[in-house]
Amino acid sequence: MKKGWKIALNSALLAFCLLYLFPIYIIVVNSFKNRAELYESILALPSKWGFEYYQTALEKMDFLNALKNSLVITVASIGLIVLFSSMTAWMLVRSANRLSNAIFMVLVATMLIPFQTIMMPLMQEMSWIKNSLGIPMVNTHGGLIFMYVGFGASMAVFLYHGFVKTVPRSLEESATIDGCTTFGVFWRIVFPILKPVTVTVIILDVIWIWNDYLLPSLTLASKANRTIPLSTAAFFGQFTIQWNLAMAGLTLTIIPVIAFYLAAQKHIIKGVAAGAVK
Amino acid sequence: MKRLTSPSWYALFTAPLLSVFALVVLVPFFMGIGYSFVTWDGLPLNPMEFAGFGNYAALFSDGRFLDSAKHTMLFTALAIALINALALAFALVATSKLKTRNIARTMLFMPYLIGGLILGYIWKFILGDAFKAIGEATGLTSIFFNWLLDPTFALLATVAVTTWQMAGYIMIIYITGIQSIPEEVLEAAQVDGAGFWRTLFQIKFPLIMQSFTICLFLTLSNCFKIFDVNLSLTAGGPYLATEMFAMNIYNEIFSLSNFGYGQAKAVFFFIIVAGFTLAQVAATKKREVEA
Repeated sequence: MKKGWKIALNSALLAFCLLYLFPIYIIVVNSFKNRAELYESILALPSKWGFEYYQTALEKMDFLNALKNSLVITVASIGLIVLFSSMTAWMLVRSANRLSNAIFMVLVATMLIPFQTIMMPLMQEMSWIKNSLGIPMVNTHGGLIFMYVGFGASMAVFLYHGFVKTVPRSLEESATIDGCTTFGVFWRIVFPILKPVTVTVIILDVIWIWNDYLLPSLTLASKANRTIPLSTAAFFGQFTIQWNLAMAGLTLTIIPVIAFYLAAQKHIIKGVAAGAVK
Repeated sequence: MKRLTSPSWYALFTAPLLSVFALVVLVPFFMGIGYSFVTWDGLPLNPMEFAGFGNYAALFSDGRFLDSAKHTMLFTALAIALINALALAFALVATSKLKTRNIARTMLFMPYLIGGLILGYIWKFILGDAFKAIGEATGLTSIFFNWLLDPTFALLATVAVTTWQMAGYIMIIYITGIQSIPEEVLEAAQVDGAGFWRTLFQIKFPLIMQSFTICLFLTLSNCFKIFDVNLSLTAGGPYLATEMFAMNIYNEIFSLSNFGYGQAKAVFFFIIVAGFTLAQVAATKKREVEA
């Protein structure tokens, strides 16, 4: 290929990508404009860069609190999913029998169930647990985390299961002879070997839980408990007409996602590919 | 070795996850089948009346439900075609020899990380107010008008936004497939004088059949179950013209308080999703070839 062609193709590709992400540009530039300026020229840069709409959006969305809630729920849910799923998958592979097989089949089969099929009975069950047993499953972070562990179990066990099968037993056996307990063997020898799958599970579950709207909208009623998607939805319920303010809010919600992407880009792309191909 | 997997360790390792899983997924699933046979408004004090298969029979004469089925089918068919075509094109570019391919991959994947709800709100502004303003400023009002107020264009808008969200994700899977094609095979094709299109259709496509299976499966199940983008972009409007399956179920249960009937829809939804995805995987699996 001629050099001129190469430059042309490269710049065409880059131009296309920039155009592809144009919606994000529109949201960001318009978050700095006032109402009149916004509708005068939607595509233009703002005449001045002030952060007053961000200040308002930050307060109205109670953004920092929502950010904290999202972080707590995402980190705690994923921590528990990773720990319990890797333990379960390892045990299922290492004691291969009919029971283990059946458990694995059930876990995989339930991946076909859409959330909408169980959302109502799930809420009934959780309110029943709250009312009859006094365990606060509804409108608490703990209850939501509990539900995320349940919903995240299938896929995580499935991914770990495939990987454990490729790990030789010999290391574990020699550690047993050295006097390690089963948990010691798992935690000190097996869990570190599972790291590639752990990274995949973390990435896939961050994308899922961080952005999830429906489940938290059904379980978290009070304002103080809201996650980022919930506070965004509530904010839009109030301010649909005030677009400049809304766009400041949207920009705020995108910032953590982009930061996460830039920090862990390679892992994310690898994890997403590995998770899908399995 | 026996000590490593004794019954008590087995229980200790699997019980925490499996008990949570049973309570969160299995119990509600079977409860849901039960609820689908009763008539109930969701208030604990009001009685449930056994309806037999009445709820299921009513599905087929429910105009709003059948409309939502039509929207979902149309939306899913268009979105699957568009997402996969675009993702495949992106993947071919991202595996080319162009220097900007890695930056392109990074940028094209980004929308997938922004959640459906937020994404829907972003596009609500662009396809609504922004399009209208651009139309007024340029006079091109046949393209630039508020898409979300027109029933046909609102559905197309949902297709466009879902494509924007998912194309980069599906691209990653096609890239994995293309990169797994052995270099020798492509070189041999080149030596034999196969051009770009011939290599594409007779070498690359047959060898990435597995990627097609995965991508069709993922786009089918994701599009069929669309909810977040549907809610934030159009909320099912205008005049329910974009109300999809999942949203119809949600509205039946939580807005109209028909818990039993809504749950029958939810169970029916499960049967369709499971049936479609299993049939599709089986069909495409047959066509996979080994390199």
